[in-house]
Amino acid sequence: MKLLGFIIVCLVGGFLLYGTGELPDWGDPQSPASLHLSNDYIEHAVDETQVPNLVTAVLADYRGFDTMFETAVVFCAGLACFLLLRDFRPRKDHYYRHVPTGVVLHLKDSSKHLAVGNEFEDMDKEWVPSDIVIKTVCRMLIPFIQIYALYVVAHGDFSPGGGFQGGVIFGSSLILLAISYNLKTLVKRVSEKFLSIFAALGVLIYVGIGAIAMLLGGNFLDYSKLAPLIPIDPGHIRAIGMLGVEIGVGITVMAVMVIIYINIVSEGRHEEGL
Amino acid sequence: MHWPIDLIVLTFVIFTAIAAISVKDLLGTAILFGAYSFLMCLLWAVMGAVDVAFTEASVGAGVSTVFFVAAVFRTSRRTKD
Repeated sequence: MKLLGFIIVCLVGGFLLYGTGELPDWGDPQSPASLHLSNDYIEHAVDETQVPNLVTAVLADYRGFDTMFETAVVFCAGLACFLLLRDFRPRKDHYYRHVPTGVVLHLKDSSKHLAVGNEFEDMDKEWVPSDIVIKTVCRMLIPFIQIYALYVVAHGDFSPGGGFQGGVIFGSSLILLAISYNLKTLVKRVSEKFLSIFAALGVLIYVGIGAIAMLLGGNFLDYSKLAPLIPIDPGHIRAIGMLGVEIGVGITVMAVMVIIYINIVSEGRHEEGL
Repeated sequence: MHWPIDLIVLTFVIFTAIAAISVKDLLGTAILFGAYSFLMCLLWAVMGAVDVAFTEASVGAGVSTVFFVAAVFRTSRRTKD
């Protein structure tokens, strides 16, 4: 069986390598892709959209539909993860640790709860002593990571980056909080409701901007029709529209990354994890 | 002399890819996938596709490695085959 798999992999890989031999060379000016479309984008994109980063102009304006459905795909990924993994059964066992002495209380009756405060802390099944170095370093790093994520979203028009990357970086800063402290800290700060609403809100912002452009008499996602709403130089209105769309993408991606992480790491219980 | 950095990075990409499918320890595989993504990110950056490199660095090397580690944490660490 292993030999068969190896032969199949070699065959398919060989065919793929054979197929790449027919592709045009990297950076070949005579290749079909750079004969018509690329020239048009490079010559006209900055004049038409006032966005210096051509990649953002193509992704968010010329191919706005494509990016909209990519955002919808990310949202569906979060939804699928939620539907497959989420487990609403209440947990039977509760573990509490008496902080001054380190004694662990194990409550088997799920109806009784201890007041969590200075004296008792709600803990996972296995208690891992918290490391002061990791906690402090992560607590200091997280705000900077988040500001960098906001910068990446806001600066997507001018430099590499955009909603998708910024959203992932923001989401991973929240995941870092869960890894360096514990999952309960994250769930307490960003609730499931908050994340679900935000995941849907991002798609809504994207579609909403498109629909507003349509209501104002243009095509779907035609940002130039937003000009009456925003008092700004009409030349830059497409850049502003793209920024709004990127913010929507960023919100969805941020929320979905955290939803996927929480559901995978806690087996859908949202209680204990890495 | 032209420094063939893309060929060197490509060699490392192939090494990490082969290592990732041959290692028995799944946690090691997750880390190797992170290394693979990071090297791919370097390759995109060398070829001038900085936006793709950025996405590869944040999604491939960052978040997906964490997802793999989380999945290994909740399943078994060693493969059966």
